[in-house]
Amino acid sequence: MNLHEYQAREILQQHGIPVPPGEVAATPAEVKAIAERMGGKVVIKAQVHAGGRGKAGGVKLAADPADAAQKASQILGMTIKGLTVQKVLVAPAAEIASESYVGIIVDRASQRPVLMVSAAGGIDIEEVAAKTPEKIHRLAIDPRYGLLEHQALTLGFKLYSDAKQARAAAGIMQKLYTVVYAVGASLAEINPLVTTPDGKVQALDAKIVVDDNELDRRPEIAALRDPSAEAPAEVLARESGLTFIKLDGFVGCCVNGAGLAMATMDLVKYYGGEPANFLDIGGSSNPQKVVSALRIITGDPNVKAILFNIFGGITRGDDVANGIVQATQQFPLKVPIVIRLTGTNEREGIAILQKAGFSALGDMDEAVKRAVALV
Amino acid sequence: MSIFIDQSTRLVVQGITGRDGSFHAKQMISYGTKVVAGVTPGKGGQLFEGVVPVFNTVAEAVSETQANAAVIYVPAAVAASAIFEAADAGLGLIVCITEGIPVLDMTRVLPFVSERGARLIGPNCPGLISPGKSKVGIIPGNICKPGKIGVVSRSGTLTYEIIHQLSTQGYGQSSCVGIGGDPLIGTNFIHCLSAFQTDTETEAIVMIGEIGGTDEQQAAEFVRHGVTKPVVGFIAGQTAPPGRRMGHAGAIISGSSGTAAEKMAALERAGISVMKRPADVVPLLKERL
Repeated sequence: MNLHEYQAREILQQHGIPVPPGEVAATPAEVKAIAERMGGKVVIKAQVHAGGRGKAGGVKLAADPADAAQKASQILGMTIKGLTVQKVLVAPAAEIASESYVGIIVDRASQRPVLMVSAAGGIDIEEVAAKTPEKIHRLAIDPRYGLLEHQALTLGFKLYSDAKQARAAAGIMQKLYTVVYAVGASLAEINPLVTTPDGKVQALDAKIVVDDNELDRRPEIAALRDPSAEAPAEVLARESGLTFIKLDGFVGCCVNGAGLAMATMDLVKYYGGEPANFLDIGGSSNPQKVVSALRIITGDPNVKAILFNIFGGITRGDDVANGIVQATQQFPLKVPIVIRLTGTNEREGIAILQKAGFSALGDMDEAVKRAVALV
Repeated sequence: MSIFIDQSTRLVVQGITGRDGSFHAKQMISYGTKVVAGVTPGKGGQLFEGVVPVFNTVAEAVSETQANAAVIYVPAAVAASAIFEAADAGLGLIVCITEGIPVLDMTRVLPFVSERGARLIGPNCPGLISPGKSKVGIIPGNICKPGKIGVVSRSGTLTYEIIHQLSTQGYGQSSCVGIGGDPLIGTNFIHCLSAFQTDTETEAIVMIGEIGGTDEQQAAEFVRHGVTKPVVGFIAGQTAPPGRRMGHAGAIISGSSGTAAEKMAALERAGISVMKRPADVVPLLKERL
């Protein structure tokens, strides 16, 4: 789950990381009032779960409160990568002496949280990493001992030659590591970490991604979810226990298991079609999940044919078949459906389908070819 | 032979009285797996299905039944604890089926397990099977056949699809291992490839990967230098949209996006025959055997 910048800033602040002032607003009038309080130039930043906000016009500088209201009216309601901006963060336009990068991510290769820092922070950090990897300093942290003081300080000196600033940065790194385990983050990033003209070290922008598997045991973090910042079909999918990603094609896919779902999409493409979505109904089947899946797929006007590919293991063929039949009793499918059903309880499943006037295939390639031909 | 499990595997099922645990314990018993004990705290002293003794702790189960492997079906909230317990009890093989363990829990579990010399398979995996000998996990036994192909996969149902293709066209399997799709797992492609290379019964290997991470590229590097048996590979996700970005850090740490095209190229460079679709597995194996 992605947190908004303003939420991430609050979490950093709660853990003692210095963050410059900033307030959230949802209307131009609120933005104007905040700008008046801040007295002077402000920066207005779209709060949306998409990278490249600045390049999309979602970050603007305003000279005075009237200008702030005007700029806010441009940003609020704009669409960035398909997501509508509902909130902005307003902060005083700060003078910056330097920009660094500090990030912690759980790394698959070392199987540890890895701290990465660079004195060349800012929006071009990925380019820095690609072209001059020696400017990125990394440390795999042993979770039994945490980030030790001398380790953090060594990296602090990679950012600042001034001992006081290096110590401040080291303290921020240790606190950021605490944040990772405190909120269950798979990523926590400060970019940029800035120095002000008077020498203070501050986190100007922050990004936190929380591991979805942590949310059950952290209700206070789960409560930070902002469904208005997500696509509606993906919200419905999540609430139904499905994994769904919308694509631009015409064959609506419904599959059990992420690997098989991807392989099915690949096969649609192989036979000349375009998948309309990735949809994984997950391991354990219950008919209601299948009904929700069909509701989501038929809600996409691009879908010209529906393709089920079920290889039963834990998922039972009769559950899937019952779900399909129940769905057709609740709403029209509108487009033809091709069903491939094999594995656990396939006979029971096929019998249920046949009774309701559907047929089922046993072979994956055959089913995909038919679905593609229907588009 | 086979890898990791065979007739000598004596299994303890953690979570044997739960919904998933009891269902799959019965399936494993009817397949012929030696299920010697179950563990559910508070239910020690009961008999599962009238035959399998249930204990309160894994340590008790091990000392009473000489179990040498564990399979875990407990809910995600207590699954990391179940792995710690199995490793502490001295079991050499721990298979964790449970999905949804927080990745930060795994950063603590993995060093603990390896310090005790145990092998963890998973989490979030379908387990493994050595057809005709033993099955630990949830891979449907009826789609497998004894034979000479080793299968290793990051996926669940896609693995069943490939096994199904193999079995129905006369290619049995020595062992099939589902290593799991989580970012942090105990046993990776390289561990399995190395075991299949050493296993005298295995004549060829099928590896099934996915987009994301760099495990397949590292496995390809290993195959180039350390595997002499023919390897056939598949990568799922050729049409997947560019993944959800993990901030800048995700791009910095892997240096690339882990796309299917990139992985397929790495496999080909290592001399692995790459399938375009699951149905290619048998034709490609025929070419290589």
